[in-house]
Amino acid sequence: MAGVTVRGLTKRFGERAVLRGVDLEIAPGEFVALLGRSGSGKSTLLKVLAGLDTDVEGAATVDGGVSVAFQQPRLLPWRRVWRNVVLGLHPPVGRDVAVRALEEVRLADHADAWPRTLSGGEAQRVSLARALVREPDLLLLDEPFGALDALTRLAMHRLVEGLWQRHRPAVLLVTHDVDEALLLADRVLVLDDGRIAAEYPLDHPRPRRAADHIDIRAAVLADLGVTDRATA
Amino acid sequence: MSQLSPPHLTVTGESVSVSTLSAPARVDTTTDLPTGRRRRLPDLRRWISPLAIVALWQIACETGLLPPDKLSSPWTVLRTGVELAGTGELGDAFVVSTTRVGIGFAVGAVIGLGLGVVSGLSRWGEFLVDPPVQMLRTLPFLGLIPLFILWFGIGEEPKIALVALGVAFPLYLNVHSGIRGVDSHLIEATTALGYTRTERLVHVVLPSALPNTLVGLRQSLGVAWLSLIVGEQVNASSGLGYLINNAREFLRTDVIVVGLVVYAALGLATDAIVRLVERRALRWRV
Repeated sequence: MAGVTVRGLTKRFGERAVLRGVDLEIAPGEFVALLGRSGSGKSTLLKVLAGLDTDVEGAATVDGGVSVAFQQPRLLPWRRVWRNVVLGLHPPVGRDVAVRALEEVRLADHADAWPRTLSGGEAQRVSLARALVREPDLLLLDEPFGALDALTRLAMHRLVEGLWQRHRPAVLLVTHDVDEALLLADRVLVLDDGRIAAEYPLDHPRPRRAADHIDIRAAVLADLGVTDRATA
Repeated sequence: MSQLSPPHLTVTGESVSVSTLSAPARVDTTTDLPTGRRRRLPDLRRWISPLAIVALWQIACETGLLPPDKLSSPWTVLRTGVELAGTGELGDAFVVSTTRVGIGFAVGAVIGLGLGVVSGLSRWGEFLVDPPVQMLRTLPFLGLIPLFILWFGIGEEPKIALVALGVAFPLYLNVHSGIRGVDSHLIEATTALGYTRTERLVHVVLPSALPNTLVGLRQSLGVAWLSLIVGEQVNASSGLGYLINNAREFLRTDVIVVGLVVYAALGLATDAIVRLVERRALRWRV
């Protein structure tokens, strides 16, 4: 049985179809990266899986709970950090649960801070803690490192990988960073023109280095329309 | 560190002191008290011109340039104030006027907040509530006094109604726009994270409308005192307005000025209260 099953998913905005018959399966605990150019429908697919967009054709079923971390942390500025982590949980839980979740992203000492006092990377880690404390079966990551500086991004890759290994949710990471996808995912999907255009299983043992999967890197870049040989 | 010493703070407002103090206070659990006190230390140079004006006023009165039936001297005003306070006349008037504003404000606030929330939260609420409110808003509400006197007589009711009407509009507008201005990204995120409708209302929509609501509160308190003053000028048998009008009959400009000073002090006091509330309620805006 699959964690996520998508069959013939089509999404139209007026005349224009952004997704046209997407088929996708994600196994429980599998880490899938979804690549695609701007406007390829990545974020639309993620919104459907998050239950934020139900006006679609086809079927998308998720076994169990879903949680999301967005490109911007989207914390409530008027609630302290620990409250941001646990608000919206049913039944409600206490501060101790929030602090434990914050420990996992090494921010326990910021539990009582206001979100606006955090740096971009710290806020994004709170957003991860908030997503994980829900113990989701599917974790959706919508370009969660896109707004971070390069050094912070590298640290976040390791953090996310570690959290995934400990909690084992299925992960769908939407990104346009090929190296990030190759570093983290069990499988890379390329979305193009509203369909899954290519699929690459990655079997290199973890932790991976940037040089691993160098052959797949070229193929994925070609799928994305980048064929500059001079850089290789 | 010399930047922190009070004499160098050239502006008494919050903007300057916040920027100099925010660095050490960043850990946020620091108490508000010391910061608040240091912030309020005024630069003495700002007192020079006001004191000079009062001195000129006093001199103008003593040399006969300003006859007492046009304007009494500051010293006379002060003495009259103490005297009126001593006889209890001022205290009674103060209580009557403050009660009028209090009741009027409470009524207007409930109406303004209630309508603002209804039209902010629901589409139908906006369709039904917003058009009549926007139409009434264009009426110069102080011009309604003749109608109010016909409707409510000349007792307490027309004055309270006037205050309530003045209070309701600024609150309504600010609450409405505050609720409508909620960040749709936050709504989307909290929906995806499983917040219920009520939780979104309590933790996302209403807090995000709070800064605007407090702006509305300050505006409406200003309008409340203005409405009261106008209402009390037209007809009153008690209160500060009565004190002032009565004094006019006897050319007692000193009493008139005392009344005005009390009005001003009351306005300042309520504004200070709201700013205090603001500072506490919007602590997260670090």
